[in-house]
Amino acid sequence: MKLGIAFDRLRWEEKALKDEADALGVEASLVDAKGLIFDISKNSGPLIGDAVLQRCISHYRALFLARMLEGQGVNVINPYSVAELCGNKLATTMALSKAGVPTPRTRVALSSEMVEKAAEDLGFPVVLKPFTGSWGRMVHVVRDRPTLQALVELREELPNPIDHMYYVQEYIKRPPRDIRAVVAGDEIVASVYRYAPEGDFRTNVARGGTSKAFDADQSLQEMILKAARVVGGGVLGVDAMESPSGYVVHEVNNTVEFKGAQSAVEWSIPKKVVEYVIGTVRS
Amino acid sequence: MDTKCAECDASIVVPEDAIVGEIVSCKECGAEYEVSEVKNGVAVLKHAEGVEEDWGE
Repeated sequence: MKLGIAFDRLRWEEKALKDEADALGVEASLVDAKGLIFDISKNSGPLIGDAVLQRCISHYRALFLARMLEGQGVNVINPYSVAELCGNKLATTMALSKAGVPTPRTRVALSSEMVEKAAEDLGFPVVLKPFTGSWGRMVHVVRDRPTLQALVELREELPNPIDHMYYVQEYIKRPPRDIRAVVAGDEIVASVYRYAPEGDFRTNVARGGTSKAFDADQSLQEMILKAARVVGGGVLGVDAMESPSGYVVHEVNNTVEFKGAQSAVEWSIPKKVVEYVIGTVRS
Repeated sequence: MDTKCAECDASIVVPEDAIVGEIVSCKECGAEYEVSEVKNGVAVLKHAEGVEEDWGE
């Protein structure tokens, strides 16, 4: 088997995946997606692997790459359909809700006209999130109507029309931590608490959050694996919170970063990811 | 594998084991570069892409 690890910004994760693939005797190569051209009229392009771990940091590049590789018959992890669902918070929330996975109550306003009504329906404070993107970027806790009005005014100045629609979520009164589970297929490879840095409510490792391993109880394990299955499965980062009424899953990440989780566990997360990929090719 | 920053001309130290795609930054001005080629032990750098709205996990 030839494994391609496609990236557009080389991070620790991609190098660690390559190292583990090498150690497992898998012929693997790191491939810069920015340097690829595909002939989509013939569904052909560079043969970068029988299986490709899609690790692009740009959501749209990841989507397009997955689509074109699948056109060539390549086994892409994760597939286009998973990337599309996870890269759109609206679609993720709808899928989780439909499947009965507890997730925070969420409203979407299709213009600035209705965003205050959406927030009032949920009750302040609310959390305003962008539809695409992560690392807590442009994620804000909005405690009252004047703050919401100010944020909406700023969003309306942004050039991208997607920023003129609003994903408004209930604020979950949780401990100063959330849960990140790294999933590969039917296995939870690691589950960690992520603690927010002082002065921030966001727990993202990219924002300075820190990780501590814990053993997820059975109900949480089942919820995490169900959330992963709902989006189509593969190698995923499932994010959950401890709400007063139980666990809720608020996000599923398609190109999971696991450097933070790796710092909290003794086994190798990238090794388990590569083993999963090998298994998908053999099965 | 030292090279010069195109922005501020400071020296940028590229690790000996750097591979294509790796990001290095200038300690003086913070400019980010991507290793585009390693030829005869010399790293060729290009400007790294800046953070885009669709970047993430």
